[in-house]
Amino acid sequence: MSLDVAALRAQFPILAKTVDGKPLVYLDNAASTQKPQVVIDAIVDFYTNTNANVHRGAHHLSDEATRRYENARTSVAGFINANAREEVIWTSGTTEAINIVANGLGQLLREGDQVMVTELEHHANLVTWQQACRRSGATLNIVPVFDNGELDIDAFDRLLTPNTKMVAFPHVSNALGTVNPIKLLTEKAKAVGAWVLVDGAQGIAHGGVDVQDIGCDFYAFSGHKLFGPTGIGVLWGRKSVLEDWPVWQTGGEMIKDVTYHEATWGELPNRLEAGTPNIAGAIGLGAAVDWFKNLDMAALHNHEQALLSYATEQALALEGMRLIGTAPNKVGVLSFLLDGAHPADVGFILDRQGVAIRTGDNCAQPLMKRFGIPGTARASFAIYNTLEEVDSLFAALKKAKMMLA
Amino acid sequence: MALPSTEEIIDDLAFFDDWEQRYQYIIDLGKSVPGLPEDKRTPDRLVKGCQSSVWLVESYDNNQITFEVDSDAVIVQGLLALVLAAYNNKSPKDILEFDIDGYFEALDLERHITPTRGNGLRAIVAKIQHLAKENS
Repeated sequence: MSLDVAALRAQFPILAKTVDGKPLVYLDNAASTQKPQVVIDAIVDFYTNTNANVHRGAHHLSDEATRRYENARTSVAGFINANAREEVIWTSGTTEAINIVANGLGQLLREGDQVMVTELEHHANLVTWQQACRRSGATLNIVPVFDNGELDIDAFDRLLTPNTKMVAFPHVSNALGTVNPIKLLTEKAKAVGAWVLVDGAQGIAHGGVDVQDIGCDFYAFSGHKLFGPTGIGVLWGRKSVLEDWPVWQTGGEMIKDVTYHEATWGELPNRLEAGTPNIAGAIGLGAAVDWFKNLDMAALHNHEQALLSYATEQALALEGMRLIGTAPNKVGVLSFLLDGAHPADVGFILDRQGVAIRTGDNCAQPLMKRFGIPGTARASFAIYNTLEEVDSLFAALKKAKMMLA
Repeated sequence: MALPSTEEIIDDLAFFDDWEQRYQYIIDLGKSVPGLPEDKRTPDRLVKGCQSSVWLVESYDNNQITFEVDSDAVIVQGLLALVLAAYNNKSPKDILEFDIDGYFEALDLERHITPTRGNGLRAIVAKIQHLAKENS
């Protein structure tokens, strides 16, 4: 079965927009995806019909808001195959999710302990651990990548020791598109007794995430990269680990008993969710998940791979275009440089032609340094993109090349 | 080569009827501004825009401030040339009195090259105004 891309696109009002009279070609999906009408409707409907605080009110609206909010949690739990719904912790996004874990880890680490990440990290999955290590005197080890952007698994094995307490890696690299063998890496890390966190920011929108199958302890992702709203994300954690994890923010909602001088913490998920949550965001994300999981995942994968291979094929045929990240297992991302042209210039000229891409360090400065480049231009695809849009990208790139040469 | 005046630039840009010509003009204007030698592109002179690096070096003579600029992106270098046309070899008083927002508006560069984008242009203008204030 193939994906009806036209029907899919029709559900995203923003994709019908024009920029300077040209149809919008939105290829910045790794930064943020667009929202289908059902997600927009869910948010509007919440504020129109059921807005109230959750878990507190002794009234109809609060009950209804709580019901929708908690249903969204159940949807997400099912979507990633969590063991239990209370393993789903709402956060503001992937960054906050990783901060919850890194902050707790910082309190558990001792001198001599080790934490391991990869050269591929987005700053969110690097600076967090780096700072936790600095605070605790632990060592941060970095697993290198090969020149094609693929992780060096032998180096991973070498760096893993019985002192490794946490191993964190991206499901998919935001800058290069490399898909990591997350199940294999998790298995190796678990064998030395380390906790494992998968940064799923770029992995979640490609479907098929099953946290029980992966075997990790934590999986973090953002709603806005999964066709949901900004400002909401998820920390999934294994219940047995989350139950005892040091609390993050303190305040309302997360407590059990409070006196002026003492407090005890509530049960999961509340103990890691202080204060009034992003209720509309959670409901919007629930709607996005419900929408997404009804798509034909196999057709979706085929379409995404078709987009990337078509783009890669054209890139290889375009003289002066250099791909950054050519791992055999890639999804969604085409990072590149045009000979003699700064990525920012390429971005300006593409933008003027209605083609939206990202340019710069991709929030991965050490990785850019590793490749000896200041940054890249990055086109990133989502399921609603078309082969014609890939053509538009390359037509725009040819013009950029002409103007900047 | 001396840069055209701000009035001349506004007139020139108004003359073109498509974006490609405008961009080409800006790129060429940038190329007419000599960059900085490697030893002057030091971290303390770096004004970081989020997509490209921009360096600014200033010198004072006779109540005039002279600026040298460089960017690793040619369109940004062109935008810097637009800024220099307004500010270079002027007195601190002239710099502070110049209506930069009005100038950008008159350039009608459309949303792409407005100083709100991550091209460091706003940061450069702020730095130039700050230097002028310090020396007025």
